Amino acid sequence: MENRTDKNSYTVIFAIGMVIVVGVILAGLFGYTKPMITQNEEIEKQQNILYAMGVNENDETSAVFVSTDVAPEEFGKNITEQIVITVDSSGKILKTQTREEYVAEYNKEPYLIDVKKQQAKAKRGEPRQLPLFVGNKDGKTFYVAPIYGKGLWDAIWGYIAMDENMVVQGAYFDHKGETPGLGANIKQRYFMDDFYGEHLLTEAGVFKGITVAKGNADPKNEDKTDNEVDAIAGATITGDGVTAMIKKDLRLYLPYFETLKGN
Amino acid sequence: MGKDSKLILDPLTDNNPITIQVLGICSALAITAELEASIVMSISVLFVLGIGNVVISLMRNIIPSKIRIIVQLIVVATLVIIVDLVLKAFAYELSKTLSVFVGLIITNCIIMGRFEAFALGNGPYRSFLDGIGNALGYGVILIIVGFFRELLGSGTLLGIPVLGDPIEKTGLYAIGYENNGFMLLSPMALIVVGIIIWVQRSRNKALIED
Repeated sequence: MENRTDKNSYTVIFAIGMVIVVGVILAGLFGYTKPMITQNEEIEKQQNILYAMGVNENDETSAVFVSTDVAPEEFGKNITEQIVITVDSSGKILKTQTREEYVAEYNKEPYLIDVKKQQAKAKRGEPRQLPLFVGNKDGKTFYVAPIYGKGLWDAIWGYIAMDENMVVQGAYFDHKGETPGLGANIKQRYFMDDFYGEHLLTEAGVFKGITVAKGNADPKNEDKTDNEVDAIAGATITGDGVTAMIKKDLRLYLPYFETLKGN
Repeated sequence: MGKDSKLILDPLTDNNPITIQVLGICSALAITAELEASIVMSISVLFVLGIGNVVISLMRNIIPSKIRIIVQLIVVATLVIIVDLVLKAFAYELSKTLSVFVGLIITNCIIMGRFEAFALGNGPYRSFLDGIGNALGYGVILIIVGFFRELLGSGTLLGIPVLGDPIEKTGLYAIGYENNGFMLLSPMALIVVGIIIWVQRSRNKALIED
């Protein structure tokens, strides 16, 4: 006797039923968890920005954020201004907005600007918004900028804190799906800490970026003006991605930093 | 009792999913460069395979045989996505550590292999034991490979330096020892797995195929 589960009609009905059941479960769960996930992601962005400017709870070896319940408060306290610089496709500054002006126009906090979408806009030749977070800690001013790029498997991003001469004062990197143990190590202290003190400009003031370099003969990273940090073994493509996003995204901030010097 | 305990113990040794069944090799290569990732992956697979086997086993009499592979794939993908969403909402930090593994779990052939080979023909309790056993057998190999790759490749275990500091030249490095960067690359995982297979088969000749 033929098994009833072998019938075509049964197969089709089962498939439809399964799609409906799974669809309802996943859609329901997604709708239920979405507000919580959004909030978690916003807090994470604040933690990332704070981390880059040195507001964190790092112990000796590992990177630790300020805890999630104090992050919004710390963010309000340490980030004194959120500037949004709008540049055209040639990199010329069109306008510079304060947080209040930006929120009034777009009804969105500048730190929630999606760098990926802004990159896509620039690609289409439209003006691009560059958020810059000005922080103050122990009397020192930090300028934190977000960067976004591609690793080996998926997106990588980060926040770079700089002083007014574009010397790195702290870096945070994260990734969506780099290989654990290799590319995923860009979010390890030993890699991120190497960026501290590195110059983004040459001595002549030309933007050069920072290259994640293999065999740069400076594994202790003592030379801070060589525009290079030591790469992670086995993570060449992720390292190249870090180099590329620093070069592409931070270059656009140079005109703004030049106006700072003018004052 | 003897039969049930075999379900747990066999995959640990003579029916190991990686070294004997040769399933799950891809993730064994991909994420064993450090011990911590191996452990996290082992626990994740333990969870998904244990529950997935029970779900498939409960559905075994109503799954149409023509589309059973697709049904299995949907079950495992749904389970993984549910876990991912719940973690993102309630344990965000943990979810970030695990996000890398989500894709690797869905495509892990051990999971599909056990659904197909065991859960479709056995009751939920025995399927659960089979899932746990195979996940443990998988985990053991992952952890062994992760241990040697991290130790010889980076000179650390769970991120803690155990052989001294390679840059300051202390510990073993003071007498000229160097980390073997090769160990961090995927092919070396295959070689470590190969050595495990060699050891295992030389101890138990019955495992050698003609």
